[in-house]
Amino acid sequence: MIVSNLLKSTTSTAATRITITQLTARRLYHPKVIEHYTNPRNVGSLDKKSSNVGTGIVGAPACGDVIKLQIQVNDSTGIIEDVKFKTFGCGSAIASSSYMTELVHGMSLDDAYKIKNTEIAKELSLPPVKLHCSMLAEDAIKAAIKDYKTKRTNPTVLH
Amino acid sequence: MFGRSLVRLPRVVPSNVGLRPSVWSSKIRSGNLSRCYSAAAAEAVKLDEGISIETHTDIQAAAKEQANVRSNDSEAIKSGNTALNHAYQENTGFGTRPIYLDMQATTPTDPRVLDTMLKYYTGLYGNPHSNTHAYGWETNKSVEEAREHVAKVINANAKEIIFTSGATESNNMVLKGVPRFYKKTKKHIITTRTEHKCVLEAARSMINEGFEVTFLGVDSNGLIDVNELENAIRPDTCLVSVMAVNNEIGVIQPIKQIGEICKKHKVYFHTDCAQAYGKIPIDVNDMNIDLMSISSHKIYGPKGIGALYVRRRPRIRLEPLLSGGGQERGLRSGTLAPPLVTGFGEAARLMLQEFDNDQNYISRLSNKLISGLLSLDHATLNGSPNHHYPGCINVSFAYVEGESLLMALRDIALSSGSACTSASLEPSYVLHALGKDDALAHSSIRFGIGRFTTEEEVDYVIKAIQERVKFLRELSPLWEMVQEGIDLDSIEWSGH
Repeated sequence: MIVSNLLKSTTSTAATRITITQLTARRLYHPKVIEHYTNPRNVGSLDKKSSNVGTGIVGAPACGDVIKLQIQVNDSTGIIEDVKFKTFGCGSAIASSSYMTELVHGMSLDDAYKIKNTEIAKELSLPPVKLHCSMLAEDAIKAAIKDYKTKRTNPTVLH
Repeated sequence: MFGRSLVRLPRVVPSNVGLRPSVWSSKIRSGNLSRCYSAAAAEAVKLDEGISIETHTDIQAAAKEQANVRSNDSEAIKSGNTALNHAYQENTGFGTRPIYLDMQATTPTDPRVLDTMLKYYTGLYGNPHSNTHAYGWETNKSVEEAREHVAKVINANAKEIIFTSGATESNNMVLKGVPRFYKKTKKHIITTRTEHKCVLEAARSMINEGFEVTFLGVDSNGLIDVNELENAIRPDTCLVSVMAVNNEIGVIQPIKQIGEICKKHKVYFHTDCAQAYGKIPIDVNDMNIDLMSISSHKIYGPKGIGALYVRRRPRIRLEPLLSGGGQERGLRSGTLAPPLVTGFGEAARLMLQEFDNDQNYISRLSNKLISGLLSLDHATLNGSPNHHYPGCINVSFAYVEGESLLMALRDIALSSGSACTSASLEPSYVLHALGKDDALAHSSIRFGIGRFTTEEEVDYVIKAIQERVKFLRELSPLWEMVQEGIDLDSIEWSGH
């Protein structure tokens, strides 16, 4: 619901956003980034030991970015029911992961796996030096999905 | 309550573009210049839709954009109050300026300094080097008085002060001028790894001219080892350059000991005192300083001027960078700017006059700020706590990324290091020299306290830092792991 509304409002403000982008060309952060950064969505942790929770941790402290993204999946439908993140990194990294959690909430695993970093970069108008933040967010969701799938397949094999 | 409206910018004047030129020209014809100027001043901050005019801090434009985006983005999720709301509060009507705590980058001009300067922009416009008429004589007299004031702070003779465009020029003059003059017999320069970029770069350029440069390391407190310095001196060493107060961590080097060593070995001793002049007691004779770089805008004076102290007895020779009319003892040709020189002189006079007051006041606020910041877990003071200028405080907040912290502190003007390197997003080379790892160097912030910092501002900063570091740590997966007792070094990070 939230996602669809957000996408709708994005298209309706496309015209205004062009002028804003021009205005902010000399500033580091786009207002969307600041918005996500000041009000990050879905911050927190899920029980990583739970069998229907997948955890993805990507990045390294020495590079200045670490994203931890967790998804809770409905085992029968394959829909992401809950999603939480924590991020150590610049404002763009925090905003990228926050926006990613908004995107994947309520999505099926297959759809979530198809999300591209360009989608995030476009929404947040990330400058070229910050593109790696959106790539990291893409890696994080892929890692979380992989983790969930390994958790799921291992017990079935054992049975 | 939060965020102060320090400066109220002029209100936007409704414009009627079609009419304005004729109104202006009639004003000019009627000789009403002052009103014409005020209209122009109002014009400068006018924010029309679609026109980007950046004011000093550009808070107005930023706030306006945010307001626009939020009003359009009706579904923006209201997730309650966070500590960041103060940093991003919208003040669309008037400009709210951030609290200024970047005193190592530059200081606000003292109003008394500006008062001194103004008359040299209006009536007293003579060239101080014109010795054929009264216009030149009067400005020359003022320039020489200013020179006296600048010299007195460091117990020097006025004749030993050379006015330059700033400490960068002074440092370049010394690092290039002295070795070039003595190049027939001397081939070696000694400096440290924590110097300001202009000293390091000037020294590096001398390598290309065939000189050898020794860059001394520092210990984990940021201090050099004087024995190591003494051992590094060779028979062909011509210059030792060590800064007095470091611009990033505020550490005070043992200048007097270095001066003694240099005197013993008959090597010229230069010290970059841009951050130290007028702020710590310095006596060029007692400390055996041969050359000293001074900056005006770090002591509440005007920007664009500085000085170089060059000892006369025994005489220090250096090759000038500029060729020309031979002003300033032939070392720095070019007409002096009397408004800047007199402003600088007044600023120096005030540094001496206010020395005790400034010291006590800054120390008190500094102690308060340090204890407030270090009360946070995993917050560490960088640099020696004992050999330290209290007005420069550098603190690392572990497990919080520096850039995101600065972004959270937009209502406070701070820097993560020197102003020259903050554009590059590279971790500070000074903190690297102290042996700090990348992650900690990434999460350090410099706080500068000066004559015009108020106690309320310090209180606000302590509260803001505590709230926002906490907020960002709640967001940080590293902080969570540390709380769970996981050793971060034991993890194999994927890297990117």
